[in-house]
Amino acid sequence: MKNAVTRFSFWMKSLQACTLAVAVCFSLGATDAGSRFNDLGHRLMCTCGCAQLLGECNHVGCPESGREREELKSAIAAGKSDKEILNWFAAKYGVTMLAAPTGHGFDLVAWIAPFAVFGAALLGTALLVRRWSVGKSLASPVTDAAMEDPEERERREKIRRETGSDGGY
Amino acid sequence: MAAFGSFALLIALALAAYNLLAGAIALRLIATGQPTAVSPERLADTARRAGIAGFVAVTAAAFALVWSVFANDFSITYIMEHSNRALPGAYKFSALWSGQEGSLLLWAWLLGIYGFVLRLTHKTDVKLYAYAGTIMAGIQVFFLAVLCFAAPPFALYTGQIPDDGNGLNPLLQYPEMVIHPPMLYLGYVGFSVPFAFALGALMMRYPGEKWIKITRGWTMVTWLFLTCGIFLGMHWAYAVLGWGGYWGWDPVENASFMPWLTGTAFLHSVMMQEKKGMMKSWNVWLIFSTFLLTLLGTLLTRAGLVSSVHAFAQSSIGNWFVAFMVIVLAVCIFTYVLQRKHLQSEHHLESLVSRESSFLFNNLVLLVACFVILWGTLFPILSEYVVGNKVTVGAPFYNRVAVPIGLFLLFLTGVGPLLPWRATSFRSIRRNFVVPVIALWATVIVCLVAGDTPWHDGAFDQGNFYALVAFALSVSVFTAILSEFLRGAGVISRQTGRNLLVGIWLLTRRNTRRYGGYIVHIGVVIIVIGLAGAAFNRNVESELGVHDKLAIGPYTLECVGFTQDSNLNYNSEYALLDVYRGGKKQFQMSPEKRVYLASDQPQTMVAIHSVPSWDLYVVYEGTNPDTGQPIIKAFLNPLVGWIWAGLVVLVFGTLLALVPSLSPATAALRVPAKSAPAEPALKGGSL
Repeated sequence: MKNAVTRFSFWMKSLQACTLAVAVCFSLGATDAGSRFNDLGHRLMCTCGCAQLLGECNHVGCPESGREREELKSAIAAGKSDKEILNWFAAKYGVTMLAAPTGHGFDLVAWIAPFAVFGAALLGTALLVRRWSVGKSLASPVTDAAMEDPEERERREKIRRETGSDGGY
Repeated sequence: MAAFGSFALLIALALAAYNLLAGAIALRLIATGQPTAVSPERLADTARRAGIAGFVAVTAAAFALVWSVFANDFSITYIMEHSNRALPGAYKFSALWSGQEGSLLLWAWLLGIYGFVLRLTHKTDVKLYAYAGTIMAGIQVFFLAVLCFAAPPFALYTGQIPDDGNGLNPLLQYPEMVIHPPMLYLGYVGFSVPFAFALGALMMRYPGEKWIKITRGWTMVTWLFLTCGIFLGMHWAYAVLGWGGYWGWDPVENASFMPWLTGTAFLHSVMMQEKKGMMKSWNVWLIFSTFLLTLLGTLLTRAGLVSSVHAFAQSSIGNWFVAFMVIVLAVCIFTYVLQRKHLQSEHHLESLVSRESSFLFNNLVLLVACFVILWGTLFPILSEYVVGNKVTVGAPFYNRVAVPIGLFLLFLTGVGPLLPWRATSFRSIRRNFVVPVIALWATVIVCLVAGDTPWHDGAFDQGNFYALVAFALSVSVFTAILSEFLRGAGVISRQTGRNLLVGIWLLTRRNTRRYGGYIVHIGVVIIVIGLAGAAFNRNVESELGVHDKLAIGPYTLECVGFTQDSNLNYNSEYALLDVYRGGKKQFQMSPEKRVYLASDQPQTMVAIHSVPSWDLYVVYEGTNPDTGQPIIKAFLNPLVGWIWAGLVVLVFGTLLALVPSLSPATAALRVPAKSAPAEPALKGGSL
């Protein structure tokens, strides 16, 4: 048992070391904002009705995207922040030009709801698993003597898994 | 022919209505045991035969419409609006589903085919099939009523009949459009069958899990059709729309994806019911939801509730679909409330770390993903209703919310198969997971060294970060699945004395369902790798005169000419581009732009050169009106071919899972052992 705990601790520390190393790599060089045009171009819609992102609109002779791209370039060159640029476009062309809901007012609901549902579902599933586990231990104790032995149980599982004797997934 | 078609539809409606009423009465009489003048069994059989005759009638109607297209009968409004004389033969078939009325007729016809097969195989379980057939008839009544009264495909043109029609939408004049919609519809309509069985089994309090086994094949085939339909649509969007992508999170794309997600959840959770008798209510509601989502998808496609580029089939039949969905939901809720005691099951979980738990979490993630997509699709309507502002919910929203969920699902794809049923031990976890975890971190390091860093030009790049995680998880999941194959095949190899490849084959044949499922997972992994490649897409655009050059990645494109062509259906102009790599000419590409004569609409024909590492994707965008020279846009899209290759693997795995397994004894007979079994564990194979 002690050995198992020691080995578990070793693997956990190895995992933490790897995570730390990757995190350090991630943080390197993340200082400049050179790709703002590309980034913002993918956060705005073309207003010509093609339902494409401004950065991807490929209509030859599109009456809108050329001018809007120039406006975007000018705004970036003027030193405006991302938020200011998006607000400016929303004010000029309407909020439908923003490719995603904003983080304010009712739009916030669009962002919160998926995570709230995910959290609630995760909690619900965890509670369900716990309830089902408790129910099992109270209601029907293991009767198969062989199953009380972890080694034997594992051996059976291995047989079942490797031979596919009981079908199914 | 218009009169014949209309009459056939009315006959089909009458037969479907008889099937529904007579079937319902007969099943009610059988359930209550009331003595009657007419044997309820005979009444039920007449209902079944009416269903078969209804299939013949709706087939006649579909035939009438196709005949009218080929006969250029422009007295029928639908033909006039969706075809013309110069339309090639294959596309005349696709005119059947290019418009509202025709596509609904296709739906009814496919429903008729499914119903026909179901009714012919009724001897498998006469009573359950009678219930399912009656419910299918109810669905068919709805679609035929819509066809007869709201969207008649044989409505006659009022006024002077034109000499030629308006032609088919140019977007649909592409080979894949001949098979993409039928595939998608086979998937949509096919979910009616497991729905009918689930509802029927609940109504009749069907004992045991046999209905699950009966519907398994139907559900998998349906799921396969829907999968192929979705991917064909992606490929069509990629090859025709000319924007370099294949998935735009358009509401109609989302509508096809949602039932796929719940259908996938059903295919997984149903195993819990088969093996452990758990989640009976959950499974019933999953299949109910899947069917309702197929209706919702159709509603979104047709009713114009949300803005979509798929505007070619919008109409005002939304109210019919809303009413039908309300009726279906009411019937489902009523039946469930009435019969819920029948679905009570004992839920036993021995451990949080087990196959059962992984299925629970798998279902959780799939359903949350479905909710996210439904939420994003409907939020503009909700926003307009609540605050009066219509907002756009596009790719940035889904990339931020749905992609992480998808990556978590990919993680579960690898973890699930490694966990045994009931419980596991730390030793087992370590043995099963150590290699995949090493593979994961090794991939992260290799990707970082190779330049897939989560920053770009100094700023955090979300796309690169997701791609890195996707690559690492994909390799890890692939390693996990491969190790499962190798472990099992190793035992069989030692037992039979055959090599490892034969061991893998025998292992797979012994449990096609499990190992077919693993192959499906490998297909998913390959697809994810292909999707992750989108993070590294790049493109250049330039006006090219003759002998002008355009460089992208390792390729240089040289314009050697541009020319024009025409036929009865369209005029086209295209560029001829020699493609060089390393200074040597490799191949020639000819992107094209067409203008269809009947509709006077332009259409792009993209030139694609696909190799495993990337696609060179070239679009002829037209000519500069000032210089008269062609404008060429070239994309280098890494790993796109993996998406289509993954689909092939996925289809193979699904087909394999549909093949009955050989028992270990049969498999041993087919491949005689060269030496006596030496693996002590296999002595317990019959435990």
